[in-house]
Amino acid sequence: MLRHAATLLLTRRRPTLTASLTKSRYFSADLAATETADETFVEAWRKVVPNIDPPKTPSSFMKPRPAVPSTIPGKLTVNFYLPYTSELSGKEVDMVIVPATTGQMGVLPGHVGTIAELKSGVLSVHNGNDVTKYFVSGGFTFIHPNSVTDIIAVEAVPIDRIDSSLVQKGLAEFTQKLSSASTDYEKAEAQIGVDVYSALNSALTG
Amino acid sequence: MSSSAAVPFWRVAGMTYVTYSNICANLVRNSLKEPHRSEALAREKVHYSVSKWVEGKPEKTTIRSDPE
Repeated sequence: MLRHAATLLLTRRRPTLTASLTKSRYFSADLAATETADETFVEAWRKVVPNIDPPKTPSSFMKPRPAVPSTIPGKLTVNFYLPYTSELSGKEVDMVIVPATTGQMGVLPGHVGTIAELKSGVLSVHNGNDVTKYFVSGGFTFIHPNSVTDIIAVEAVPIDRIDSSLVQKGLAEFTQKLSSASTDYEKAEAQIGVDVYSALNSALTG
Repeated sequence: MSSSAAVPFWRVAGMTYVTYSNICANLVRNSLKEPHRSEALAREKVHYSVSKWVEGKPEKTTIRSDPE
């Protein structure tokens, strides 16, 4: 797409009404965050081809990284998304405890940026004295340094929707499958079953 | 250079992350209490037709309706 950039820049009109604020102010000093990535390229271009405007590079289309506030915010903004619904969207809370593969991870405002893979377990959202718990089957958590946390899960249910008799049955069934499994794949499936049902079990009792 | 990250047991057994994640989600859906369980399983139903093509011609068309 950048091959045609030089031709397009020469033949097209200057940014019109439809151009976004960023595009029309491309070389404005105010958008320092968007420009810095391209500075060496822009300077080198101008030395070689001073008459043609430098083409845009992919980094100029990206939104600048959100600024990290200098003082730690009082609240954490949580986004909790499932494939079929936004469970929480921009909710301000005090703390979230996520079931990461490395263990239960507590996220407070000002947490260092982290990407964590989730395992089956309980996600709890703490806001003042309210605690809302969800059982999450798996997914990822992106903790941003600006105290925004995105949690995405494949399936998440409030704990009271889990049927304990089905959990006990499943746990027994998969424990039995694990001992009788022959191929590696069957063993892996049985192990997954045992892990998930044990997590469901402890969610019900814990 | 090879990464020193521990390989999960399911990947060692030849399973991809997507398969693993879907198995976990299905196990959770199957453990729900009644109205939620049937809603969740119904929500995840897919219905599609698959055709194998050989030498530019479709061979057969099967309609798949997977609850999984």
